[in-house]
Amino acid sequence: MGSDFTLNRRRLLQGAAAGATVAALAGLPTARRAYAADFTVGFIYVGPHDDFGYNQAHAQGAAAVKKMAGVKVLEEENVPEDVAVEKSMESMIQQDGAKLLFPTSFGYFDPHILKIAPKYADVRFEHAAGLWTDKLPKNIGSYFGYIFEAQFINGIVAGHTSKSGKLGFVAAKPIPQVLQNINAFTLGAKLVNPKATTQVIFTGDWSMPVKEAEACNSMIDQGVDTVTMHVDSPKVVTQTAEKRGAMTCGYHCSQAALAPAGYLTGAEWNWTDLYPKFVTMAMKGEMIPNFYRGGFKEGLIKQSPYGAKVGDAAKKQADEVKAALSAGTYLIFKGPLKDNKGKEVIAAGASLSQSNESDVQLESMHFLVEGVLGDLPG
Amino acid sequence: MHELTAILLTTVLASTPMLFAGLGELVTEKSGVLNLGVEGMMLMGAVVGFAITTVTGHASLGILCAAVAGAAASAIFGVLTLLLLANQVACGLALTIFGVGLSALVGKSFIGSPLERIPQLHVPGLSDVPLIGPLIFGQDALVYLSIAIAVAVHLFLNRTRPGLIVRAVGENHDAAHALGYPVIRIRFLAILFGGAMAGIGGSYLSLAYTPLWNEGMTAGRGWIALACVTFSTWRSSRIVLGAYLFGFFTIAQLHAQAIGVPVPPEFLSMAPYLATILVLVLISRKASLVRMHAPACLGKVFHSAG
Repeated sequence: MGSDFTLNRRRLLQGAAAGATVAALAGLPTARRAYAADFTVGFIYVGPHDDFGYNQAHAQGAAAVKKMAGVKVLEEENVPEDVAVEKSMESMIQQDGAKLLFPTSFGYFDPHILKIAPKYADVRFEHAAGLWTDKLPKNIGSYFGYIFEAQFINGIVAGHTSKSGKLGFVAAKPIPQVLQNINAFTLGAKLVNPKATTQVIFTGDWSMPVKEAEACNSMIDQGVDTVTMHVDSPKVVTQTAEKRGAMTCGYHCSQAALAPAGYLTGAEWNWTDLYPKFVTMAMKGEMIPNFYRGGFKEGLIKQSPYGAKVGDAAKKQADEVKAALSAGTYLIFKGPLKDNKGKEVIAAGASLSQSNESDVQLESMHFLVEGVLGDLPG
Repeated sequence: MHELTAILLTTVLASTPMLFAGLGELVTEKSGVLNLGVEGMMLMGAVVGFAITTVTGHASLGILCAAVAGAAASAIFGVLTLLLLANQVACGLALTIFGVGLSALVGKSFIGSPLERIPQLHVPGLSDVPLIGPLIFGQDALVYLSIAIAVAVHLFLNRTRPGLIVRAVGENHDAAHALGYPVIRIRFLAILFGGAMAGIGGSYLSLAYTPLWNEGMTAGRGWIALACVTFSTWRSSRIVLGAYLFGFFTIAQLHAQAIGVPVPPEFLSMAPYLATILVLVLISRKASLVRMHAPACLGKVFHSAG
């Protein structure tokens, strides 16, 4: 009896060991190993690649790169904004020979990219946000889009379709990029309906699903009938609003599939155009600009197709403004502009244009325009 | 009036998960065991409740399985602390971390799948009475269940002999042991009850409050439930008050932002913990007060041989 048992157990262990070895040999390296002839590009996401939000927008860009000939794409998701991203970057560089990296999350930049980039001068690091200055290593690039232009279009559409004129905005943190979106959305709505208001609730972090649902519910309880958001995954807000019969303007990428009835339109990133462009430049050995910004005109952002509830008047006005933005002749933040405390923030005649000259001011915005109900903490 | 109703209604919804978990933890702590794993057990309940309801289409089965999942998670804690005599604080913290990870793993494929909210009661006529109508006659079954359990726990601990035995075990396990009470078994049952309640509380989040599953969706509610027990100075009647008060803080914080009340939302989110610390300071000032309220053997390891 005893020896039988030992034998069986030994066999079992042998089998398990063999299985594990096969799995280790077969599974892991092939998933990561690239052929020498390929140009290897790595994408790192802070969340899941199918989050209907920030990460999905980047993953769509990565998918476009995958279709290019002679390019090998590596992807790693759910990488936290700590030393883990440094390990991911180094393993992509050392083991897979990646020459171009897109560590996409905001918090990857300082200190992680800044620490790794100087060690690998022949590798290019492209980061989505506005932090590069000419004092930093030249192999780091920063790109970003004026996505508030698309939030402005969202506002125009919402201003037309909202019955109560009460709009809601679920926001993560009161940082300039978020405030730009809140303000542009409100200005767009006020262009149509000067009495329109935007209630804003800050949840305090990029991914707070329950709090986002609570915020959305409490705004709808107060008579808001159209919501938009700036959080990592707009999924929860979109689904909550749809269930309550409210309308939604999306963000990051299209959430139309989540809200067939109430989805109006959305502000989307257009990384599917930009990433192949950057990869082509890198393959040819050209220098990607260290500081790259653009809106509709440069094709960095796009608008979701209009939903069923959007009327012809709304479509017409939204399309006109979008055409003007694409032509580069439309200014969103122009004086005289007051904040919601009555203080003048942009004087008559002045403006914050969507061009590199105003980027520093745009990216240090710290006010909420008239019509926004809510307060900036601190 | 409409908005006040909305605030009160959402307060009840926001409080119910904390009330369930708090009642469970109260019984656990009354038996002398400090289980800091409430957050992890709630998450297990939330994910299992959501998954079972999604797959089978029966919310009641989902809630039942959530209770079993919470109890199963607490059983691990029970084995470690009661049978293997491991440190309760360390095991409780580990249980929370374990629950966060395991629930994320189990729930991976359920992220983003839609689910209908469990139905709310509607009594024709009564549910339409302004303010109190929807508040009293328009809730879902779990809200009524939470109130019923609160009353039951109160009666159990204060009016029944088994309740007295649980409290005796929590006050002095050596004396209870000497009297012949099975300390380990009683504590194990109390831990299981705590786990089951935390599981139901978690499932309330994923089935009723915000019908969705997302990693770490409890977002600190387990800790608030723990704070609630201390805040109530281990009195069952005050658990209800504490849970509703803390629920009100979470809701008020959203409405305050929207209305523009000049109170920073961060202050309101830390209010439950501040209130708990305040209560702790107040009762700790007098040794007699502490002795009167806190179970004397709370968190202490019981060696049955010694």
